[in-house]
Order: sequence, then structure tokens, then C-alpha cells
Amino acid sequence: MSALLQTSPLDPLAYRSDFPILSREVRPGVPLIYFDNAASTQHPREVIQSIVSCYEEHYANVHRGIHQLAQESDELFDQARETVRAFLNAPEREQCIFTYGATSGINIVARSWGDANLKPGDEILLTEMEHHANLVPWQQLAERSGAVLRHIPLTEDGLLCLDALDTLLTERTKLVGFTAISNVLGTINPVAEIIRRGHQAGALVLVDGAQSVPHQKTDVQAMDVDFLVFSGHKMLGPSGVGVLYGKRALLEAMPPFLGGGSMIRRVLLDSFEPGDLPAKFEAGTPPIVSAIGLGAAIDYLNRIGMDAIAHHERLLVTRAHEILENIEGLRILGPAPRHKAGIVSFTLDQIHAHDVAEVLDRSGIAIRAGHHCAMPLHKRYNVGATARASFYLYNTLDEVEQLAPALDAAKRVFHRKRK
Amino acid sequence: MPADDEEELYQDHILDHYEDPYHRGHCTRCTHAHQDDNSLCGDVVRIELQIDDGGALREVFFAGDGCCISQAAASMIVEKFDGHTIEEVKTFTANDMLELFGVRLTPNRQKCCLLPWRVLQSAIYSPVENDGSDPGEPGKVCR
Repeated sequence: MSALLQTSPLDPLAYRSDFPILSREVRPGVPLIYFDNAASTQHPREVIQSIVSCYEEHYANVHRGIHQLAQESDELFDQARETVRAFLNAPEREQCIFTYGATSGINIVARSWGDANLKPGDEILLTEMEHHANLVPWQQLAERSGAVLRHIPLTEDGLLCLDALDTLLTERTKLVGFTAISNVLGTINPVAEIIRRGHQAGALVLVDGAQSVPHQKTDVQAMDVDFLVFSGHKMLGPSGVGVLYGKRALLEAMPPFLGGGSMIRRVLLDSFEPGDLPAKFEAGTPPIVSAIGLGAAIDYLNRIGMDAIAHHERLLVTRAHEILENIEGLRILGPAPRHKAGIVSFTLDQIHAHDVAEVLDRSGIAIRAGHHCAMPLHKRYNVGATARASFYLYNTLDEVEQLAPALDAAKRVFHRKRK
Repeated sequence: MPADDEEELYQDHILDHYEDPYHRGHCTRCTHAHQDDNSLCGDVVRIELQIDDGGALREVFFAGDGCCISQAAASMIVEKFDGHTIEEVKTFTANDMLELFGVRLTPNRQKCCLLPWRVLQSAIYSPVENDGSDPGEPGKVCR
């Protein structure tokens, strides 16, 4: 391990006691080691408390009532949006649309911007490492519009083949959509370079920030990104809420996607006039309490510092690589730790990932097994399923050390001595 | 190791089926076949049958790829019905399959165990001219 990485800028033990679930035992005598953070993260008491106190003291629908509770809920909801704005360094809070998660954010862009702008023969450039959430909405759009999908290929060790951009980016490319960090490989993509080159080609760029926004600093103005989406439940917040950030001129020019209450200025029996941002894209009652919980989660993350979190996770993934690389028959998918966030996916001999996960669970270690909603990526590397350990600020080096004996146990089960 | 009150999942008889499966391969003369997968975890099972005019299963083979539970369960069900009849297959319920497997499974792992049962139930209705399997991806079954 390099000297730089030997000490973590944050002490996870100082934060673990904030997370009630981390002190539970999976079974009597077996403490929980939660390594499924790329799927969803746990919640500190102050996020849980923000939800409880909203329900117990302030709850009403937002943007409608003039009674006291409605005003208090409005204020909390608006404050959450302002917290999101500041966290992203977005110019204005109206550019931060509350959605139901990263998936719904991508679908809004595909349905609204995509349906209004794409013609047959236009191209959408994605990558081979995308989560299904950043593939399927574009496939559906391609089917509706006649647009064509292209994909940036991957290198053998899990990086994007940027050389391919020379031929893949053309005047036909209308949108480049890619993940900032692969949810399987952990690869940190060169976001700034891809955005710059996409813009040079005249395309808009959407970044799937589901795995990056929770784990590193995000500055949408420095990135110059056109659209960014992420989910609350992967960053200590509740499920059911996410954010779509977009450049103001783009969002204003886009037609509404879902129609209903809130998103209108006025409605006649046979027509409507859409409302202003952000309401235009927030039809129906929004995820009020979840958004407030997300605000509390961001406050918590800000106090720790995103740079410290990223550094700590780098330390954990570096140690995880050292341990896993010493296990015979174990193959890590993805690049060296210096290119990675805190995600490590692997296969172990011929043992199926579900069986690996089952045996690790006996040691209290929670990992994900399967294709992690990235079937094309698994096909690219010719594996059916992988086991994935993914870290967050509350994980410790001691927990990472537990991977070795737990994986040994898996090998013992499946490589038993023949009678 | 599992807690004391928990039954060992990877018992020897299950690992025996997984490592030395019964009739993994293909029928010499296949009349019926079906293939399916558990899309969430990627387990794949294909079952091939040779059914004679009297409804007897003259040959039963499986192929597939996936976790220990799905593949051991496939081996078990193929062994059980080799030489039996389609009438017996029809009356063999999902609960019977879980009982045949022998170890108590969590709901998620029950899906692995029941995949070969589902495939066999469909296979008896799937003559090979139209076997219901996905013709686009013949390479999916790799073992």
C-alpha cells in the first residue's frame, strides 16, 4: 500500500454509532458487515429522525395549503431542495428536480427531451458498462424515434476505450449518456473529458451519478454537464427520492413528461398550460418526506466531507484488492484500485456468485451477487454473475480483512475432500 | 458456519448432485425440450425429454449454468423422473420439489430450486419443433 493511502482522513468508528443498524447482529454472535452499499446504503439516526419528526410534527402536502402545517412542510421541502442545490453547486434550486430515483430521472430526459428532439438516424452514445437504467430508457426512445444507439467499448481491464470516441462521436450524435462510476467495475470514468468531447461534437451529455454523487465531490458547473441524475437511497437517504439536475435553458425548453397536479399553471377542460420549473417535472404529490430525509443525509455527508469519504473508500478498496488478489482462483473484474471507487466485483473458481454470497452471509458479510443490473457488461467479460463488495464511509479495514477467511470458507464448502 | 438452529444448506447429498450430476447432457433422440432462466440471478436450466407414445419418459437430460441449488435441483428432478411418465410429472407439485430437495430454503433460494421444476413442467408440453427456448442465444447453456 502506498504511503499516501496508509491513513484514512476519517475514522469510521467515530461514525458507526450514528447508524443503529450497524450494531445489530445478523444472527446471535455474528455482527453485520455491510458491503452492499452500491445497492443501497444505511441510515444515520439523524436522517431517520428527520423523517420521524416530519411525520410527527410538521407533515402536510406541499405547495398547496395555507394552513400552518402546509407552510412548515413547504419550508422543509424547499430547504431540502436548497441543500441539494448547494451540494451539487447548481446555479439555481429550480434546476434540481425531485424524482423517484436515478432511473426516473433518466426516463424524464428520454421521454421529454428525447421525444421532442430525436429524429430517425440521430445517434445516442452510451457505454458498455451502463446500468440497465441507463440503457433501457434509451432503447425505448430509439424504438419510438428511429434514433440509433452506439456504445463506447471497454478495455479488458474495465476502462472505457476513449480512442473509440474519434469515430463514435459524429454530427449525428445528439446525446452522450454514461455513468460517472461503474456500479460493477468500480471504474471512475474521465467525466470532464467525455463531457468536453461530447460538447465539441455538438451533443448533450447526461451523467448517471448514482454511484458517484454519494462517494465524491460533485460540481455540476465545473463539470459543465447538461443532465445529472442520482438516487437518495445510495447516499444515506431514504428510497423513493432522487434528483434530476439540468441546465436551465434545456429544462425550460423541454415539454413536461408526466401530467397531473402541481405541474400546471392552469388547466381547462381540453388543455393545460405547464407550470414553471421545477414543478413542471414534478407532477403529483412529490416524495415529500423522502426529499426532506435526503436533505438530512446531505447535511450529514457535508459534515464529514466528500473528499474524506472518497479517500477513505480508496483505502478500503486498495486493501480489498490486496486481499482478493492473494486468493487462488479469484478473478477481479475491473481496473487497478487507482482507477476505482469503493466497489470490487469478482468470481471465485467455478463457485456461483450466489453460493459465494450465501457462505459470506454466514460470517455476517452482506454482498450482492448476480449481474447487478448490468447484463451487457457481464456478457462483455463472459461471466454470468459476479459477487460484489461495495464500501461506504462506515466500513472499516478490519471488516475488509474478514473477506479472506469468509472466502476461504466458501472454498472449503465447494472443494470438500472426496470420501 | 451456520448457527446451530440453522440447517446446513450445502449438505453432502446436494453437493454430490452439483458436482456429479445425474444425466447432465442431451437426449440421443429428443422429442420435447424447454429452457428457462431466473432473470434476476442468471441461473439457466434446459431439460430435454424423449417421450414415447405411451407417455413414458424414455430419456431425461438437463443442461444449465447457475448456482449450486438450481443445478443440484435439476439433477435431482431428472434422476427422479427418468423412466417415469408425464402423468407423474403433472402431479408433482412445487412443494413436492422442495421436499425432494430436502433442505429448508429461504424464499429467494426456493426460486433457484423451483427453476428446474418449472422447466420440466413446461418441457412435457413443448415438442422440439417449438421447444419454447430462446433460439437467439443457444450459447447460454454452457455446461
